[in-house]
Amino acid sequence: MRLGRRDFIGIAAAAAAVGAARASESFAAIVEKARGQRVFFNHWGGSPQINDYVAWAGGELRARFGVELVSVKVGDIAETVARILAEKTAGRTTEGSVDLVWINGENFKAMKDNGLLWGPITPLLPNFALVDTVGKPTTLVDFTVPTDGLEAPWGMAQFVLFHDTARLPDPPRSIAALGRWAAANPGRFTYPAPPDFIGTTFLKHVLYATIDDPRRLERPGEPASFETVTAATWAWLDAVRPHLWRQGRTYPANKEALHQLLDDGEVDLSMAFNPAEASSLILAGRLPASVRTFLFETGTIGNTHFLAIPFNARAKEGALVAIDFLLSPEAQARKQDERIWGDPTVLDLARLAPADRARFEKLERGPATLPPEALGPVLPEPHPSWTELLEAGWARRYGRG
Amino acid sequence: MRLEPGRLLAAPALLLVLGPTAAGLAGTLLPAFGWLPALGRETFSLEPWRELAATPGLPRALLLALVSGVGSTLLALALAVAIAAALHGRPGERRLRRLLPVLLAVPHAAAAVGFAFLVAPSGFLARLVAPFLGLERPPDLATVQDPWAVALTLALALREAPFLLFVILAAADRPGLDHRLAAARTLGRSHVAAWLEVALPALWPALRLPVLAVLAYGLSAVDMALVLGPTAPPPLAVLVLRWMSDPDLDRRFVGSAAALLVLALTLGLVLLGRLAERLLARPFRVPPLVARAVDLVGRTGAVIVPASALAGLALLTAWSFAASWRFPALLPTGPDLSAWRAALPLLGPVALATTGLALASLTLALPATIAALEAPGRGRASALLWLPLLLPQVGFVFGLQVLFVRLGLAEHALGLVLAHLVMVLPYLWLVLRGPWQRFDPRLRAAARCLGCGPVATLRRAVLPVLLRPILAASAIGFSVSVAQYLLTLAVGGGRFPTLATETMALVAGGDRRRIGVAALLLAFLPLVATALALLPADRRGRPVSAGAPRLVQVLGKGAKRLSMSSSVKLSPAAPPPSTPS
Repeated sequence: MRLGRRDFIGIAAAAAAVGAARASESFAAIVEKARGQRVFFNHWGGSPQINDYVAWAGGELRARFGVELVSVKVGDIAETVARILAEKTAGRTTEGSVDLVWINGENFKAMKDNGLLWGPITPLLPNFALVDTVGKPTTLVDFTVPTDGLEAPWGMAQFVLFHDTARLPDPPRSIAALGRWAAANPGRFTYPAPPDFIGTTFLKHVLYATIDDPRRLERPGEPASFETVTAATWAWLDAVRPHLWRQGRTYPANKEALHQLLDDGEVDLSMAFNPAEASSLILAGRLPASVRTFLFETGTIGNTHFLAIPFNARAKEGALVAIDFLLSPEAQARKQDERIWGDPTVLDLARLAPADRARFEKLERGPATLPPEALGPVLPEPHPSWTELLEAGWARRYGRG
Repeated sequence: MRLEPGRLLAAPALLLVLGPTAAGLAGTLLPAFGWLPALGRETFSLEPWRELAATPGLPRALLLALVSGVGSTLLALALAVAIAAALHGRPGERRLRRLLPVLLAVPHAAAAVGFAFLVAPSGFLARLVAPFLGLERPPDLATVQDPWAVALTLALALREAPFLLFVILAAADRPGLDHRLAAARTLGRSHVAAWLEVALPALWPALRLPVLAVLAYGLSAVDMALVLGPTAPPPLAVLVLRWMSDPDLDRRFVGSAAALLVLALTLGLVLLGRLAERLLARPFRVPPLVARAVDLVGRTGAVIVPASALAGLALLTAWSFAASWRFPALLPTGPDLSAWRAALPLLGPVALATTGLALASLTLALPATIAALEAPGRGRASALLWLPLLLPQVGFVFGLQVLFVRLGLAEHALGLVLAHLVMVLPYLWLVLRGPWQRFDPRLRAAARCLGCGPVATLRRAVLPVLLRPILAASAIGFSVSVAQYLLTLAVGGGRFPTLATETMALVAGGDRRRIGVAALLLAFLPLVATALALLPADRRGRPVSAGAPRLVQVLGKGAKRLSMSSSVKLSPAAPPPSTPS
């Protein structure tokens, strides 16, 4: 890996942060400066539960720190990334319009690579010390890209599948079994069309199950050898295609559309990136109560989503205070509560004070949520270059119409 | 070119619309050729075009754009013309006129979701027949998102037909048309044949640009295609959206190239349309069999077009109260009021802000449009006012954003008003251009003879006569402003929550309950606006634009005042000038 200027800044800042006393001292100054600031938080606004959670956090921040958190709901965070890019293009390097963004993976990589982020920020956050960076390595490495402290972990995600026990009591628990089941039940399975995020993640699981040496996926994929390495992957996809919903001639646009198909009874399986999503959809009446979550036996891909501050943010102190509050045991426990949102915490419960740990221990799981010990092995995200190769290969084969 | 001061009348409108449009175009054009310094690209190259050409499925994506764009336009036009021909001057027309504002007020995205729920394999129509066919599971039929975009084409046509019908009926409110139709019927032509042979050619000039606007919309808009279109590959405009919102910012280059391709496709088809128009523009005679077929299509269409839209709206309304509603249940369980409880607070300050924003942009756009229409020679330059409607919005918002940031107008109320104006003004111009061109020059001359200056002529002679089209255009402009999501967010930066920004993000969540609520909320303000705009005409029970006698009345008052200072006298018995005797 080539070390950039930012990496050095990151290392230097991390070293500086070792002096914890100094950090808390400077954070007190940050809190002081943040008072009265308005923080424009741009986030995906497609979920009322999440919007309500953000509204709650806004109320707490106002009451405790005098920081006003303004929720800017977007249909796709790419709209915000484009906005920050437009500001950079117009030469607006200070006084930007976005103070806080919710991102991960490719969006983070794009913002990091193009110098659109401010930081490192994690050394400035007292609550970052509670994050389980050892047990949850994806809190430091976002889709194989080092965060360098430019984003603070906010929540955990793991790929899960849903089945409706009323129609399908015993779902296929491996890619091989899924292929056999699809052939025996034509039209009852599909996945979102890549490059949709969930659709591409499903392809990555097929890749994991069919590639000779999965360790290869940690390294960049090579276009030259890609076709030979992935021959079995495409063989599986070719074989399953005629048995897909609509004979694989079209695909749902995203996971929301797939959930709707499951609810409408058009398919028997759906998929998501949040182990509690099925429960919250059941609570919202968007899936039948008989829906349950399951995993592939060999494990599923897990990752983390993050909060970051754009390079030209106006209310950087306010944004830092907001992030630190969102990392607090209280806010994290509330976020993990499935009646509120159901987003797993990034914190290490062992590091929490007993009272704070109790907040998590008393949380109840929804009907379709697997207990943490049943979530099985977590597969790391393949190197981002595989994403591009997979999406291009898929489009060449199945995206021509 | 001789510079007349009058030509400058079009300047404010041109500046307000073309300034941002040019910036938007530059923001697409430069990256399409590899230039975007913010991403570290400071040299020009053809690489984005090579990448575009190498995109798997590009030919199919282009073909899908053509099928849905051109197919839906032709179908919508055919439906609108047939309905007008079959119903014009008959009792059904009045009923349909009352319904049109409702059909026009439903946002496209919501219309798509409503249509999808109607015709999907798990949808309402399938549930109606399920008991008879013994269906326990939805059939695996591609009735939506079919590979050839048939569902998308149909839904677009059903959504745009009311707009074209609205334009036709508005244009048909002109003095003399009924007399000519009566004359044709006296000569033995059937009702429908007379309308097609006499009225259609007369109305066509007013219909031409709206048809092209529908075409441009069908080629470049994504909100219906995302719900009803195929996905592998999707129509071209959806590919543009995918690239522009790809996390990999380098995809913006190929996205920009594709946006230009959409624009080129639109311009090419517009030219082709003009050519076809020239070839077809000759007197024609409709054979009786064709007339009967048109009559049948028109009468059927007059039922199907409003029925499908109203059914979609009713189903969305039912969904907004549903606890659950699974195949094959005909009725939802519930009621569940949570979606409404969450949304009702929006009807306070947010609805007020939405209204204020729309009214502010109208307040600027309307005088600018009228000034441009008053410019002598009907300024060819004014035709450029139409440009924003041809551009795919996802491709064009970026450059607009850069401009507004540069001008310090981003996140300012004024900037937001100006941004909305870019989309509102072209529609005002589009709707008002026809009435302005048809305005009888003799009325102007009469006013000038009475001593009115240009402003007084406008105020006393032109505006009162054209009140109804102005109100109708304002209602449409208002609806256009209320529907802006991407633009409001891009320029407002979340500082100005509107009904669109607060509800459209929820549409991304795919919950039919929330989508139903969003559709009804977004339709609410335009409905009120349209009802208010149509009120004055309805009260008098006849169109104002046919009201030359009213002009005489108006002028008469002025003339009385005038006659005190001069010796000019107006004869109140002057016949309505353009009515053949």
